[in-house]
Amino acid sequence: MMALQVEQLSHRFGGLLALNDVNLVVAPGERLAIIGPNGAGKTTLFNIVTGIFRPTTGRIRLFGQDVTRLPPHRRAQLGLARTFQITTLFPRLTVLDSVLLAVQGLDPVRFRLHRPRETYRHLLARAEALLVDWGLADRCQQMTGRLSYGEQRQVELILALAGAPRVLLLDEPTAGLSPAETASVTEMIRRFSRDTTILLIEHDMDVALDLVDRVAVLFQGRVLAEGSKDKIRSDPEVAAIYLGTDDDA
Amino acid sequence: MKTRLASGAAALAILIALPAVLSSYQLSLLTKMLIFGIFAMSLDLLLGYAGLPSLGHAAYFGVAAYTVGLLALRVANNFWLDFPAGLLMAGGVSALFGLFALRARGSYFLMITLALGQVLWGIAFGWRSLTGGDDGLPSVPRPQLPLPWALTEGVPFYYFVLSFFALGAVVLWVIVSSPFGRALVGIRESEPRMEVLGYDVWRYKYVAFVLAGLFAGLAGNLFVYFNGFVSPSYLNIVFSASALLMVILGGAGTLIGAALGAAVIVFLENLISAYMERWVLVLGVIYVLVTLFAPHGLVGLVRQRLGSPPA
Repeated sequence: MMALQVEQLSHRFGGLLALNDVNLVVAPGERLAIIGPNGAGKTTLFNIVTGIFRPTTGRIRLFGQDVTRLPPHRRAQLGLARTFQITTLFPRLTVLDSVLLAVQGLDPVRFRLHRPRETYRHLLARAEALLVDWGLADRCQQMTGRLSYGEQRQVELILALAGAPRVLLLDEPTAGLSPAETASVTEMIRRFSRDTTILLIEHDMDVALDLVDRVAVLFQGRVLAEGSKDKIRSDPEVAAIYLGTDDDA
Repeated sequence: MKTRLASGAAALAILIALPAVLSSYQLSLLTKMLIFGIFAMSLDLLLGYAGLPSLGHAAYFGVAAYTVGLLALRVANNFWLDFPAGLLMAGGVSALFGLFALRARGSYFLMITLALGQVLWGIAFGWRSLTGGDDGLPSVPRPQLPLPWALTEGVPFYYFVLSFFALGAVVLWVIVSSPFGRALVGIRESEPRMEVLGYDVWRYKYVAFVLAGLFAGLAGNLFVYFNGFVSPSYLNIVFSASALLMVILGGAGTLIGAALGAAVIVFLENLISAYMERWVLVLGVIYVLVTLFAPHGLVGLVRQRLGSPPA
């Protein structure tokens, strides 16, 4: 069974066809990069897969189950997680509090209101384990908004990992980071469990090709090319529209 | 958590001891502060925790007060009937209003709650045969309970209100510290993030809305017994706005702040109304001063002095 299937997906914003008959299949454990110039429809695709937008036409299947009409939180319960391109962290909560919210989100106690959260020890244990695992334990009492941009990105990734997702969507995890921060974030992604299927949107070709098994190129809402890293590297059409514009910039 | 427990117990001990040193007039003022404290804390659950600025919170307070008043006057002055009925009506009305109000966000939420609240005010004002119109419902009796003290006396009634205040504060504290309450704070900070983390955001907001209505109803119940009178002014926007001001003045997002804000507003209203009629004008000035100089309220000012960050 496939982890994620995107079938004949089209999405229209008014007069603009943001996605035009997109088909993608991702196997369990696979890592797929989605690349393409600005406005190609990459983030729109993520928003539809996670349920933030309803597609104009087409279907999304998660492990065979049709989730096209499910709201985002139901998809999260099925093991789908994502990070955001524009940071939507909890700036006025501590790092620990933020991670606790992420851990609690997929826990059966998330709706309990008759006991303080501290009394559910397993939540704190899991949150602390995550912070220790990913090297942010010493930051746990800091306000998330006060962290460096690179550290906020790390928190972002921890929040997405907290529920041990089966499918993880990463939207430009290294955008706006310094080379050193980029290196530490890519190192973190490399360490993610191989059981987690990953879709990665990345502007930086080197970062993208470094992290994934396969690449899909999105251009003007269509899948222009799809295949192994080598195939994409040598595709003249891709070079013309994507690498070409990259060189100009 | 232990220091909170200790300071809560200390505050309760002081509140239990106070009748010994207060005049009967001061005690009735303190009783009113406690009732409005429950009301402000209920609104804080929405405004401070869930980030929902309701400008129609008087609706649930007023509905409960009218329900208890009408039942006590026209049906039977039976605490075990009237009191639950008041809560039920407040909860029912908030369950209904929540369905409309929670379709909107931010200032649109504010306007819808305002409009819905004014509908109830209009009914109370216009339906004279039932509600007495702008004359309100006079001479609502206090309940008779199988207690050795009569609630018509100031001190027993104070303890009656204090027990509901303490119970309400504890229950609200448990709610805001529970996984549910922490999720409300997450929703206040970032709704889209909470959605993708697996939270059914609408359901959290709706439950918070109904709970807030219920606790506002509790305050309304107690108030009509306390005051012996309810009029449409306890349903209108000025009363809703002063509740918002209590929360903001004390410090939104802290229950103690809301209770404190209520106490200060009740005190000031009492003080100033003796000298001038433009109390609403004073409310406006307080609001401007608080937003300019104490955006995190009185609790925020204290925390700033102690060097800890605002919640």
